[in-house]
Amino acid sequence: MITAKLLPGTAACQGCPSTMCLRTVLEALDKAVLVVPASCTSVYMGAYPHSAINIPVFNCTFASAASTATGIKGALEFKGIDAEVVVWAGDGGTYDIGLQALSGAAERNEDILYICYNNEIYSNTGIQRSGATPYGAWTNTTVSGKREHRKDVAEILITHDVPYVATASAGYLRDLYSKVRKARKIKGFRYIEILAPCPPGWRFPMDRTVEVGRLAVETGMWILYEHIHGEFRFTGLSRSIVEGKRKLRDLRDYLRIQGRFSNLSDEEIDEIEKFTQKKWEKLKKLHHELSHS
Amino acid sequence: MFEVLEHREKLQTKILTGNEASAYAAMNAKVRFVAGYPITPATSVIETISKLIDEGKMKARFVAVESEHSAMSACVGASYAGLRTFTATSSHGLAYMHEMLHFAVNARTPVVMAVANRAIGPGWNIWSDLSDSLSQRDTGWLQFYCSDIQEIYDTIAMAYRIAEQVMLPVMVCYDGFVLSHSTKPIEVTPLDGFIEERDAEGIDFDNPTTFGNISPPESYFSLRKAIHKAVEGSLDVIGCIEQEFLEYSNRYTPMLCEGYFLDDAEKVMVSMGAVASEARVAVDLLRDEGEKWGLLKVKSFKPLPKKIIKAMLSGKEVFVIDRSLSPGTGGILHHEMSSILGDVNSAILGLGGVDVTAEAIVGSLKRLRGFT
Ligand SMILES: Cc1ncc(C[n+]2csc(CCOP(=O)(O)OP(=O)(O)O)c2C)c(N)n1
Ligand code: SF4
Repeated sequence: MITAKLLPGTAACQGCPSTMCLRTVLEALDKAVLVVPASCTSVYMGAYPHSAINIPVFNCTFASAASTATGIKGALEFKGIDAEVVVWAGDGGTYDIGLQALSGAAERNEDILYICYNNEIYSNTGIQRSGATPYGAWTNTTVSGKREHRKDVAEILITHDVPYVATASAGYLRDLYSKVRKARKIKGFRYIEILAPCPPGWRFPMDRTVEVGRLAVETGMWILYEHIHGEFRFTGLSRSIVEGKRKLRDLRDYLRIQGRFSNLSDEEIDEIEKFTQKKWEKLKKLHHELSHS
Repeated sequence: MFEVLEHREKLQTKILTGNEASAYAAMNAKVRFVAGYPITPATSVIETISKLIDEGKMKARFVAVESEHSAMSACVGASYAGLRTFTATSSHGLAYMHEMLHFAVNARTPVVMAVANRAIGPGWNIWSDLSDSLSQRDTGWLQFYCSDIQEIYDTIAMAYRIAEQVMLPVMVCYDGFVLSHSTKPIEVTPLDGFIEERDAEGIDFDNPTTFGNISPPESYFSLRKAIHKAVEGSLDVIGCIEQEFLEYSNRYTPMLCEGYFLDDAEKVMVSMGAVASEARVAVDLLRDEGEKWGLLKVKSFKPLPKKIIKAMLSGKEVFVIDRSLSPGTGGILHHEMSSILGDVNSAILGLGGVDVTAEAIVGSLKRLRGFT
């Protein structure tokens, strides 16, 4: 009998963060159905009549993950079936085309777990910019580097006041596992966003996915936190950094390892640094406000 | 027979708008999931349903979603998970759903939707025009066009039986305002004994399957072929269910097409929707003048009952009256009829809600025939 929920032999690239994180997420779930909009996942799960995912999966259209999940959850609840409805979507399906449905479902506080694996690009269609692509990054639609900063859907969802919002990184799978376990116990709309360094899209060697995922947190380019029922807390290494137990690494260490940032000028690096600092200040303020109110 | 008598005792007559008739039909058809987004003139379908649920008369989950794209997505999701679903829309809402209309067909989900037909902007026009749903012809949804309010109720009831037998989604279309907002006393037949709770397995957590993953060319081809066969095969199913409904309700509500004074007619109008009702009156007017006119009302646009139409119209001069326009092609019904009968006469009336009276129909037919 097969007990693994993500079977070996997917069609994903070697070193794929999405498969690593999906395996972790599936292991953290019990009885669940997965809703997957168009993305790398819809391809690497394999072709009909086979599938690498060993729980019920519904592949939906690119824009409709949160609303499809709404329908599935509504039906399960009506039938009295206790099961998790989990969306597994890329940043394109989350930040851009699916944002309207996501915001609607969050506002209605649908009882679903929405997980965004954020590889900061449309990777399935061959590496184009998304609303999550950071400033300065090369993609096939930003060949001389993206000129805008990324938006932040986790923050957008915090302003929706949903019961649970968390960030995670492919560099810390145990942290991801425990966040999914925690989210499972909470009722209502839950959102987890995982930074997912993608070797071909970010142009780094395929054996360094975990390292890049960690560097993002160590350099402060990606911040780990949880926002639970209105309370904000930093988690993992980001917490140690805020508490002064760990020093931030130079963000150049993070940028240097990735080919997509190879053409950055010093001014552009300064710009990224400023943006990152602003983000930290903002989250610290949020932490202060929400934990001292 | 006993059952029929019993439920006829429970039969209620209510004065309802077309949209309310839709909502009551969905309630009595044991719909258990409704996702809706407002658009004139379909809005009051969803409002009525939300009220019926609030009052405890209808047992269903209602979600006021944030767009029509989401309304159809949610219905497809709930249908996949085993519930009977319903929504209603119109015009821009239907256009906005387009991607999901295709998806519902390939997913073989028996979603039923009411469409209050309306023009598409710009300029903003909220009045009747069948181009919105007719331009969804190639999605594979079955499409029925109603001509009065009782027909809306009955057609939705039958639509669920058809949809769930052939596993295809169904649109029940009716002219905005002309039918959606006018009232008429109708028989709100309770549907127990005609439609039972939907009995679909839904998601099997013990034997998980992956739905909708990459479909290689051959399997995609066979999926599409199966859908084509299902649409064609639905003609027989529709005929049987129409008969069953007649026996159940004592009411004949045609689902494929309906003739009026066809037997001895030399000239025949062909039309759909509310215009077909008006065309009946036009036939009467012309018959008073001694002209041998008849009417063929097309109820089922998809599947189009080609053989029946051909048999009913053979040897007659045909005039198609459309309330739709495919720019550069002409009336959409006309185009379909030409594919069955060879080129036939065509008149386009009433786009964007222009009033279509019997006199206007007679006038335009006379002009077509070079009377004046
Ligand atoms: C309406 C629509 N537009 C475009 C596409 C093409 N498309 C498929 S996947 C994809 C990108 C997905 O990007 P993301 O959500 O970030 O997931 P990833 O590919 O990175 O896994 C696009 C643009 C589509 N399927 N549907
Ligand atoms: S492109 Fe990136 S996200 Fe997509 S399969 Fe390859 S490694 Fe994974």
